[in-house]
Parts: sequence; structure tokens; C-alpha cells
Amino acid sequence: MRVVIAEDLFLLRDGLTRMLQAHDMTVVQAVETGPELLAAVAAEEPDVLIVDVRLPPTFTDEGLRAALEARRSTPGLPVLVLSQYVEQLYARELLAGGSGGIGYLLKDRVMASTEFVDAVRRVAAGGTAMDPEVIARLLTHNAGNDAVASLSPREREVLGLMAEGRSNAAVAQQLVITERAVAKHTASIFLRLGLQPSDDDNRRVLAVLAYLNR
Amino acid sequence: MVSSTRTAPAPRARRHRPFGWIGARVVALGRVAVLSAVASAGAVPLVSLLSVLRGLLSDGTRQITLHGPYHTWAMLGLVLLGLGVVRMRWVVRHTRRLVGKWCGVVIAEPYRPAPTGDPVSRWQRIGWLLSDPATWRDLLWTGLNAVGGFLLLLIPAGALLAFSFGYLLRAPSSGPPDESAPSAPPSDPSAPPLPAHSGRPLAGPIHSLLAADPVALCLALMLCGLLVAAALLAAPRLLTGYGHLAGRLLGPTREAQLAQRVDHLAATRSDTIDSGAAAMRRIERDLHDGAQARLVAMGMTLNSAEQLFESNPQAALALLTEARNSSVKALAELRDLVRGIHPPVLADRGLGDALRALALDLPLHAQVDGVLPARAPAAVESAAYFAVNELLANVSKHAGAARVWIDIGHTGEALRIGITDDGRGGADPTRGTGLRGLERRLATFDGVLAVSSPPGGPTIASLEIPCVLSSPKTSSS
Repeated sequence: MRVVIAEDLFLLRDGLTRMLQAHDMTVVQAVETGPELLAAVAAEEPDVLIVDVRLPPTFTDEGLRAALEARRSTPGLPVLVLSQYVEQLYARELLAGGSGGIGYLLKDRVMASTEFVDAVRRVAAGGTAMDPEVIARLLTHNAGNDAVASLSPREREVLGLMAEGRSNAAVAQQLVITERAVAKHTASIFLRLGLQPSDDDNRRVLAVLAYLNR
Repeated sequence: MVSSTRTAPAPRARRHRPFGWIGARVVALGRVAVLSAVASAGAVPLVSLLSVLRGLLSDGTRQITLHGPYHTWAMLGLVLLGLGVVRMRWVVRHTRRLVGKWCGVVIAEPYRPAPTGDPVSRWQRIGWLLSDPATWRDLLWTGLNAVGGFLLLLIPAGALLAFSFGYLLRAPSSGPPDESAPSAPPSDPSAPPLPAHSGRPLAGPIHSLLAADPVALCLALMLCGLLVAAALLAAPRLLTGYGHLAGRLLGPTREAQLAQRVDHLAATRSDTIDSGAAAMRRIERDLHDGAQARLVAMGMTLNSAEQLFESNPQAALALLTEARNSSVKALAELRDLVRGIHPPVLADRGLGDALRALALDLPLHAQVDGVLPARAPAAVESAAYFAVNELLANVSKHAGAARVWIDIGHTGEALRIGITDDGRGGADPTRGTGLRGLERRLATFDGVLAVSSPPGGPTIASLEIPCVLSSPKTSSS
């Protein structure tokens, strides 16, 4: 898998490169700025981008804007955005296209390498990886929503994990329940929220995120 | 309603009127008349004082034997003066209001702050009134207004009336009028040329009109028309001039303005310093009890893991996991701290998007409308952001609202943000310190906060911070 990294802090850039290489991925370029990222995307045609939100030269949301720009010129290009903090506003902008291949994680998550590499692979495969903090805030924002409020605590747990972008199998593993039980909860959630059920993991995740982001 | 410390912007009296040009001028003339009536009202205490003085100065044997010794007059004079001063403030206050509304000249109150303390004795109050130079300027204004305003505004109107009617009424008795009659000075009020002076019985206007020489009648009517037209033309200028004169005397002097400004700045500066110091202390405490303590604990855990590495790898592994979890918590705490100091989204995107991000984190349906064409100064952005943050926290905690609307705009002079919720209302700014503190913090930027919250809702909070939008918004393309 060919990866382009955009991160201005040397230690993190170097650490990320090593970690991905240790998991049999190829880091084709590791750049520092937004414009360099766009040039690297054009030159290398990578399978996935890993981008820090705050990049030179503006040190604002340069990385996020470059990532959105790259996705405009290459629709469906998988992008995993890393940040020191997460904002629902940015998550919304990333998800606005309604297609998958989007990840938005806190930089902290890099420390759990297995899970992080899993997220990179998921995004590269067209899936979604949303930070638990984004999802927690999304659920808080939906506190006044009667349909969400009517879910059982277990169902809400399943909803949260699903919104993070996990497959039924991953949710089952996390909650230490069977996949069949997860499928039952998922069906019940979709019924309560009035969503069209789907067998496809990615489509299910996007439907849930779109619902919560209304 | 939270009081605002800044004067309202000058009302623009250039509304479209259905009567058009003439109508606007007739209204202006009417206003001149009303202002002159107010001037006469202001003269009442003055006239009473003058009559007392006359009583004192004349040898007045008749009056004084009737009403008692001189000191009674002196006492009466003092009482009237006190009354006059108190009533004068009332009259003058209404004059200010009228002048602001009609002449388009906003006049701030120039008075010194009322004596504080509980209770305030009557003498303290009188002392406060008499020692304020603004009181004496009010008195001067009342005098000038009573004399000058009365003469300038009422006499021409009276003369006009007296001249035209008098001329018409006198016409049949004196035959064809000579050419000098219309050119007689119209502002001479001493001899109103009523027909009683001619020694003949009053004939009535209709009869006189019919009996008058048609040429003279035409001339008189033309002259009346000219005078009326001149009055109508002059009325708006007269109003404005009156407003400026009133502003000179009734408004704060340059010195008083500066004194008020210094008081305001001193108060807000000390507030700013206090709140800045408090924020530093809070950050220091948060770092000390939070991230710093966690790093120390992490170091100790890692040290233990190092020692156990050879002898008990399993235990060492558990300690390493613990250390990692500790670092995650430390990062989360630092993140919250940074968000409390200066939210990254505010730095990245400016106020509009920062408020949108804030709205998305609310547990209720929030809608943000409006855009700012450019960025406000960083300090203003930050103050506005935290003010809105606090107001929204109030809404979600206390209002019981399901929806909240936030709108952002810039008037050209000030940043304006309105927050409306559909909650139960009844928010009382005088209870609790939250809104007061918010108001104080905004005052540092000469900003104001107004809250309207009738029981049953809706609650509308609006804040305004004067500022200029500077650096153009960085576009995302």
C-alpha cells in the first residue's frame, strides 16, 4: 500500500513512517506543507493520504484544506486526517461528500499502533474512521433527538462504535458479544432511526453518520 | 434589561414621510413650537426665583409688611432654588430626549455619579446637585433657553400672526393702507396693532376681509405667504441649530467627557488585569494538578517498568500500558486547557466558523446565520467567542430550550451577535454574577450586552463590540 504523509513535526513524521513500514506499507513521500502535499498527490497517485490539520505555511487548517482539495481533484481519494484536537465542524466538511474513504482521528490514537494501522487500512479500502471523541460529541449533540434517546444503552454503544466506522465483526469483538447479536442490535437501531438497512458495512456507517449529522 | 453604558447611535431622522417635502417642514416647524413651549416650562423656576430676588431688592415695604420679614423670603428663595434645580433636571432631561429624537443631536448626560451609601441623606443629595458644574450649566441653559428660545422661536410666529390679522382688521378704519405698513418690523411685539387701538369697535375678521382694499389684501397675503415659506424653509436648520446649542450646554464638556472616559478606562483596566491574573492562576493550577502531575506519575511508572523488565516482564508490560494510558489522559487534559485558552478553530477559521463549531457541540438544535466579510481583531474574536460560549452554556443549562438561533453580523462600526432561544425566559441579569461578569468583560472592549427575557420566553441576548474588520478572510481555494 502506497502512503503519502503530510506532517510538519519531524518526530511524528518519522515515527509514523516507521510504524507504517513495520506494517508492510510503503511511505512514498513524507512532506511538510500543504502545497507539497498537493504536488506529492499529483506525482505519486498514492492509495491513502495521512494529513495533519495544522501545517505550514499558514499554520491554520492548511492540511485539512489541502486534503479536501486533493479529494476534489481525485474523487474518492482516501484521506486520513490527524489533529491535536477534533472539531465536529471539520468532520462534517470531510463527510460532506457523502462518500467513504475518510478518516478523522486525534493524534493520540497513533500511540495505539495496531488500532491506528487498522484505521489506515480501513480508510484506504474506502471505509470510515471517526475518532471516538467526534462520535461522543455527535451523540451529545443528538441528546434531544427522541429516536436516539429511545435506544437502549447497549444499542447506543453499538451505534457509537458503528459511527466510528467499525464493521459488525469489529464491534462484536470490542463489546465481546457475537456477531449475530450485533446484527440484531444494528437492525433494531436502523428501525428506530428510520434508516434503510444495508448489508454493506461502509454504507451502514455512512448512513448512521449522515443521520447523526443532520 | 441589562443597562448599557454606551450612548445609542444617533437616530437618523431621514425617514421617508408620506407628506413629502412640505410635510417634513411642517413637522419641523411644529417641533420648533413644542421645543419653545418646553423652553417656557423651563422658565417657571427661573421666573419664581427672579420674583423672589425682586422682592428682596425692592424696598418692598408693602409686600414685606404683608408677608413677614426678609429671611422668610430668603428661605423661600432657597427652597424654590432647590425645587428649581430638581425640576430643572427633569425638564432638561426631557429636552435632551426631544433634542435627540427631533434634532438628531444625541446628548449624553453630563452629571457626576449620584452619591452612594445607604441611606443617602437629603443634604448629601443637595450637595451633590449643587456641586456639579453640570447643574449650573443646566441653569444657564434654562435661562438662555427661556429668554432666547422664547424670543427667537415664539416672537416671529406671534409677530406673523399679529401682523397679518392686525393689518386685515385695521384695514377698513384707516382706508387704503400706505406702502410702509407691510414693511413695519414684524418682530416688534410691543405694539400688537389690534383694532382696539384704533378706537373703533371690533368689526370681525370676515367683515374686515371683505372691506379691505384688494391690492393691499393681495400684498398682505403675499407677505404672509413669504413669511410662512421662510419659516418652513428655516425650520429644519433652526431645529439643527437648536440641537447643537443644546448639545453644547446640556452635554458633557470635553473635560467631563474625558473624566467619564478615564473613570471607565480605569474600571475596565482593573477588571482586565484581575481577570487576566485569575486566568493565569487557573492555567497554572490546571497544569500543575493535571498534565504535570501525570508526567511525574508516568516517569515513575516507566522507572518501575524498567526495574521489573528483567525479573518480571509481565508486570513490566502492565506498567507500560498504564504509562501509555496516563499519557493519553495528559494529552486530553492539555487539549481541554488549550481549548479554554484559545480554541484552535477560532485561530484557524475565525469567529463565524468557531461559533458554528460551538453550535455543533450543543445538546440542542442550533442554527448559525450570517457571515463576517473579514476577520475581527483577535482579541475581539476571542472575547466574543467566550461570551457566546457562556451565553449558550446558560441556554442549555437553564433555559429548557429546544432550539437556539445565533446570528452574526457587522454594522460597519461594531460586531453584533444575537442569541435567541425558545426556552422559558425569565432570566434575571441582576440575580447571579454570570451576566454581570460577562458585561464587565465586554466593557473592556467598550462592548455592551443586552438581555431581554420575559417570563415564558423567548430570551434574546445581543452583544455588540465596536471594532473594525481588518485582514481579509483567507479563502479556501
